[in-house]
Amino acid sequence: MVKKINLKESANSRGSDTVDGNLNALTTVFTEFYYWVTIVIMFLIHVGFCMYEVGASRRRNHMHTLMKNVMIIPLVTVSFFLFGWWIYWAFPQFPLFGGLDLEAGAANLPWSENMATNLDDRITGVFWAAFLLFSWTAASIVSGSVIERIRSSALWVHAVLIGSVFWIIDAAWGWHYAGWMVQYLGYHDAYASGVIHAIAGGYVLGVLMVLGPRIGKFAADGTPRNIPPHNPWMLCIGIFLIYTGFWGFYAACNVPIISPEVIGGEIVGTTWTATNIYLAPTTLSAITFNFLMSLSGGLMAAYVVSKGDPFWTFSGGLAGIITASAGNDLYHPIQAMLVGAAGVVIVYKLHHWVEKKFKLDDAVGAVAVHGYAGVVGLIMAGFILWGSPSSPFEGYAVITPWGQAIGAVIMFFVLGFLPGWCVAKMQSAAGVLRIPEEVEMQGLDYDENHAYEDEKAAIIEAEKAHLAAKVIPAE
Amino acid sequence: MSTIGYESWAVDLADVGAIYPFQGWEVVMTIAAVIFWLAWHRIQFVQEGQQMEEARQKAVDHEKVRESIERY
Repeated sequence: MVKKINLKESANSRGSDTVDGNLNALTTVFTEFYYWVTIVIMFLIHVGFCMYEVGASRRRNHMHTLMKNVMIIPLVTVSFFLFGWWIYWAFPQFPLFGGLDLEAGAANLPWSENMATNLDDRITGVFWAAFLLFSWTAASIVSGSVIERIRSSALWVHAVLIGSVFWIIDAAWGWHYAGWMVQYLGYHDAYASGVIHAIAGGYVLGVLMVLGPRIGKFAADGTPRNIPPHNPWMLCIGIFLIYTGFWGFYAACNVPIISPEVIGGEIVGTTWTATNIYLAPTTLSAITFNFLMSLSGGLMAAYVVSKGDPFWTFSGGLAGIITASAGNDLYHPIQAMLVGAAGVVIVYKLHHWVEKKFKLDDAVGAVAVHGYAGVVGLIMAGFILWGSPSSPFEGYAVITPWGQAIGAVIMFFVLGFLPGWCVAKMQSAAGVLRIPEEVEMQGLDYDENHAYEDEKAAIIEAEKAHLAAKVIPAE
Repeated sequence: MSTIGYESWAVDLADVGAIYPFQGWEVVMTIAAVIFWLAWHRIQFVQEGQQMEEARQKAVDHEKVRESIERY
């Protein structure tokens, strides 16, 4: 039986004397500040996604594209406060291997004292926010692929579902020290190849299959046309910002410092350590090595496989990190680089094959960069980390290729593709999924653009009239 | 069998060092990394040479070149 612990307990445990008390206070404040810093850095992921989407869209759709993504922030935040965070604590064994963990969930309900200003709990707020930023990312991944033809109202429903329901269910199952996937499958996904990227890629694939391509994307014979971004430079800087935020995400996936006593698993001795989300040991140095080497492997492979295409090179850097993320707590840096490179080649080839075969218009390549890379990364980790412990707790399955493969199917298809496809089908049947064809042709910003031109012309005329009537020209 | 050398975390972390997979294969991995890096340069040199040749052959229309210059 796994000891019921969480970070609040680890950071707030009180010593029996003053020295222990001060040490625990310092640990608490350090942990609180550590997560707070990662949250601020992760905000850049969303800035990057906004730049990326707007850069990829055409001029007549800029503002709607931006607003569609920006409003993900409040909608996912509110819903994640109301019920998303509770799901993480209540669902680790539910429904297949036990009931809801109402005791752990109770401390994370919106009416709990822990979910508010509370001097006895300095950790829940920052830990909640770190997970919330992951939720924004999951929703943002979906947002990019569907630009220029989805209704914002439809996308925002998907954002809440992926951001505050489906990804957090998979986190409870496969990204929680007591999750059933970790316990029985040995599922290992330290930096979220599957729990964020595969699920979001699968989800958006389901939506895209119902939504359909933008007008003109495919020639009459089915050959896909490239719809070039209006501003490739902006798009690339957007991905740079995503890299930066992703680095913060890596740090946020760790527990920065914890003692074996507080973990309460099989680890003996008194050496404190950083751990991954499963409370198994790793170091910040390890993930710094591996983040940069998998980024580099991805960039290098993407450059040659795409023949220097900027969009795919930048996306390949991201895909390289995503592919290696499942095992980047343990990989050697060279392994991380090669895994990232190999993943990118597979992802690039698969994207173009699927696009042509199934006529999918994925505007930012998110199904490939996040979905395929996540799945490939999970399976690779199963082979490279074969037999390694998934958890510090006794009785858990070790990491295996089949455990990882089953986990990849659960992430991509069961919690990703199926809900996305079903909800999009319902929206399509209700006529609330796609914008009218006339609006797609004239552009979503048509009214705003015309109002802008009219207002600009009016104020120029007014100033000219004022100049003529009041201002005496200089000699 | 475990690729990282530990089948469980029932250990004292004070006694634990490297925990990456395939310890003992560092030199082989380094050779693989060097091959990957040098192969990248080789492929990139060839690709860029082809691209430059294609671009050179397209740059015969002086009107288009002038437009490109004016676009800055």
